[in-house]
Amino acid sequence: MGILDKHAILERSPTLLLVSSLLVVTVGGIVEIAPLFWLENTIEEVEGMRPYAPLELAGRDIYIREGCYVCHSQMIRPMRDEVERYGHYSLAAESMYDHPFQWGSKRTGPDLARVGGRYSDDWHVAHLKDPQSVVPESVMPKYAFLSETAISGEYIEDLLRTHRFVGVPYTDDQIAHASADFRVQADPDGDWDALVERYPGAVVSNFDGQSALTEMDALIAYLQMLGTLVDFSTFTPDASR
Amino acid sequence: MTDEQIDHETGVGTTGHEWDGIKELNNPLPRWWLWTFYACIVWGVGYTIAYPAWPMISGATSGVLGFATRTEVAQDIAVHEAENADLVAALNAADLTELPPTDDLHRYAVARGGAVFRAQCSQCHGQGAAGTTGFPNLLDNDWLWGGDQEAIAYSIRHGIRNDTDWDARYSQMPAYGEIFDDDEIAAVVEYVTSLGNSDFDASLAQAGEGLFMDNCAACHGNDAGGNRDLGAPNLADAIWLYGGDRAALTETVTNARFGVMPAWGQRLSEEDVRAVAVYVHALGGGE
Repeated sequence: MGILDKHAILERSPTLLLVSSLLVVTVGGIVEIAPLFWLENTIEEVEGMRPYAPLELAGRDIYIREGCYVCHSQMIRPMRDEVERYGHYSLAAESMYDHPFQWGSKRTGPDLARVGGRYSDDWHVAHLKDPQSVVPESVMPKYAFLSETAISGEYIEDLLRTHRFVGVPYTDDQIAHASADFRVQADPDGDWDALVERYPGAVVSNFDGQSALTEMDALIAYLQMLGTLVDFSTFTPDASR
Repeated sequence: MTDEQIDHETGVGTTGHEWDGIKELNNPLPRWWLWTFYACIVWGVGYTIAYPAWPMISGATSGVLGFATRTEVAQDIAVHEAENADLVAALNAADLTELPPTDDLHRYAVARGGAVFRAQCSQCHGQGAAGTTGFPNLLDNDWLWGGDQEAIAYSIRHGIRNDTDWDARYSQMPAYGEIFDDDEIAAVVEYVTSLGNSDFDASLAQAGEGLFMDNCAACHGNDAGGNRDLGAPNLADAIWLYGGDRAALTETVTNARFGVMPAWGQRLSEEDVRAVAVYVHALGGGE
């Protein structure tokens, strides 16, 4: 009965079966994934998105290193309860410079996609050092060591180059000034005009309240910019997405 | 290979496969299962026609039903806004200080404000609004910037000492570590301690009084009772935002404090700001 009777050939040759099942799965993968690379509406164009400033990028690495994504998502879904609690639902464009993205898959803690500017730097310091001091019911571990771990930004240019390699449009100018930008973002008394010009909307603050530049500075710099770049007062959602 | 046989025990044909004498009956799939399977295929095809599915050249098919998650969430929000539209309009038009606690609008504002408070404000001020070190208690009647509904609403709307709202409440205490020497700081701390305690060093406190009058009284008042225009706290009561023992006071005088609150008017709707103000006012300490 034609081709259906030939299945015995597949079933009796493990190598052939393996290769064939790989082909079948590949077709499924191509159909599901490949169009995302060419469809124009995968990532809509929004105003305000920019690559991470060096200190924010270093903070993002700490976020990933400490596994924050295990308990915190960065993806506000288009549902009324989420929009009311966390703010405007996330756009694909807001993760366009994330390698890898931090959408997460579980919320033991709250979503952090729009945590930027929501709390003061002091709160973040108190909360990261001892979460239960401000939120008694929290099960979050303590990260007090972050404010005792100095960072120098020694490899920050390499980090930016690596991100450029995977597609983030860092300019030569941004890479050349990476080290200076890295330090000045945590120094409100410094000359940070050029930093804000290179990274519009960057928040300059002595995030951890100490004179030394620590991992706490970097992590809070990252947290304080999350979800703040897109100006939603000028954003018109395209319903077809 | 397809050597079909009839199994004598059951009368059913076998597949012809045989492993060590074990044969496999070739029973057909149950009809209900098979038809469910076919129905799923038909439903699946219909689903991809009805809903967004197939990737094309420049975009995916949008589906004949015109469904989109974004439209759905917008409609969902609109429905709930329409349900409360009258109350929201009344809340936005009301003079909050004149709202009687027995009023339906007041009850609505407290319920709405409580929900917003627990989601947005409790991280700093606590679930029960009792605050913690550095984050004010909202249950008591000690207010840094004013405790009537409109003053509370202003604090929520514009925030305190933030960089994002030009109308934010703002004041900055100098760090006296750069102005006083250690002895002078100890004297001022002793004077402030003497205001609300019986256990203090009288001669040291007396030395601090002059320093206090010359440097601190301009904002905190001659009686140390505070000044709401400047957010200068009352230092004569037993309520302390950063702690009232000598160590905490020394830290405060030396480095000063600079508590920041975001401008919630940039994140919440005006009705939410007003509702939270009414809720906080109704917690017990409102004026």
